[in-house]
Amino acid sequence: MATDTQRHQGTAGVKIGLAEMLKGGVIMDVTTPEQAQIAEQAGAVAVMALERVPADIRAAGGVARMADPGIVKAINAAVEIPVMAKARIGHFVEAQVLQALEVDYIDESEVLTPADEQYHIDKWDFNVPFVCGARNLGEALRRIAEGAAMIRTKGEPGTGNVVEAVRHLRTVLGEIRRVTAAPSEELGTLAKEFGAPLELVRRVKEMGRLPVVHFVAGGIATPADAALMMQLGADGIFVGSGIFKSQNPAAMARAIVRATLHYNDPAIIAEVSESLGQAMPGLEMSTLAQSDRMQERGW
Amino acid sequence: MRIGVLAIQGDVREHRRHLERLGIDAPEVRAPQHLDGLAGLIMPGGESSTIGMLMSESGLLDALGQRIRAGFPVYGTCAGMILLANRVEGARGPFPAWLAGLDITVARNAYGRQVQSFEADIPVAELGPEPVRVVFIRAPKVLSHGPGVRVLGSLDGEPVLVEQGALLASSFHPELTDDLRIHRYFADKVRQSQEAAAVASAGP
Repeated sequence: MATDTQRHQGTAGVKIGLAEMLKGGVIMDVTTPEQAQIAEQAGAVAVMALERVPADIRAAGGVARMADPGIVKAINAAVEIPVMAKARIGHFVEAQVLQALEVDYIDESEVLTPADEQYHIDKWDFNVPFVCGARNLGEALRRIAEGAAMIRTKGEPGTGNVVEAVRHLRTVLGEIRRVTAAPSEELGTLAKEFGAPLELVRRVKEMGRLPVVHFVAGGIATPADAALMMQLGADGIFVGSGIFKSQNPAAMARAIVRATLHYNDPAIIAEVSESLGQAMPGLEMSTLAQSDRMQERGW
Repeated sequence: MRIGVLAIQGDVREHRRHLERLGIDAPEVRAPQHLDGLAGLIMPGGESSTIGMLMSESGLLDALGQRIRAGFPVYGTCAGMILLANRVEGARGPFPAWLAGLDITVARNAYGRQVQSFEADIPVAELGPEPVRVVFIRAPKVLSHGPGVRVLGSLDGEPVLVEQGALLASSFHPELTDDLRIHRYFADKVRQSQEAAAVASAGP
């Protein structure tokens, strides 16, 4: 046997690399091993292991925390696709626990109740990669500066209403266009305006996009919603409550996967949308009190 | 010369960029008719169950399988290697083979979960003295291979880059580095396959 080749783990290349493999795919919230298998069979590229989906977190109120490790382990054992799990914003010990459980990605998420109102987790400290939410380019680049290897625009979780997801994606893409159009001498001022590191603003100008994979989340409830986000320019889709709060989760899951692939083909989107039963019940944004808006968490 | 990149899901953009840097036109392949006019195909990294399922639904799996049996060159990275393999193992038992053209048995995620994902440098004699930086992401492991399979690169004695006829497969992702040598190697294979086909059709 040859001597052991040196293996470099937890590198930026490896962390960002897994997100690259998820592109064009759908990541689904699940709360049981059975749901995880339904998601896998429907073609999900990863699952998010949770104790409750966002709609139920919203309904239950109180403090929402990391899932029970037992649930995470059971879901880890049930599927071959990557398993993600959520830690509270700033709660680096929940993140340490999730890393010890060998989840494949940690979502430092506004869906849970923040543990720290000043600081996010120092994500460079971990071997496991992180995805974080953002509503605009500055927020996205601050998370990347802290070590996030993937960004998802936030939307408004648990509402089944896509309007905030659209707003946040359009905001980020619009601000990227401002950066790419700006001459180099204006980048410092833009960085100040966005509250983002100049180095990352330069990267955005070079690449013409975020320096990491860019998914969308928060309110996607139908195949047409998913295709809308893809046509607007998302790299892929998180569906939270939209699958398992719908009338027929297996069919809805498969339909959203197909619509995400064929996002430019209205005939296929029509075909997959037919006879799916009820989508999840939706919430109008104006009925949400400011304090109930999860997107305001994080900064 | 046109080499398509399977664009169901995964790191399509990175493979296309590598091919374009070699001056090769690299259209996206999402449906059976997109295979027409291609000299070869790259299947990217991604989730093999998702990609296989969607290829099967559109008829692309059957169309590509037929071409592979007729000698069509295909390079599969990671998920692409799983799709090419004759035998696929999972943590909870075997999976049905997808395209079944490459005489290897692979185990999904057998290099470990994401926290064990890694980069390393390995020698590949075919590509010259400079080692190749290999990026393994929840990578499949080649457990065994038939006599027709040639091992081009190994990590600690285990095959990670293999070829058989016009097929090439790697457990790792050369598209995530700046090294173009493996893509160039595949492009040369595609060119040779085209020349061989031209000679055959010209007849005696």
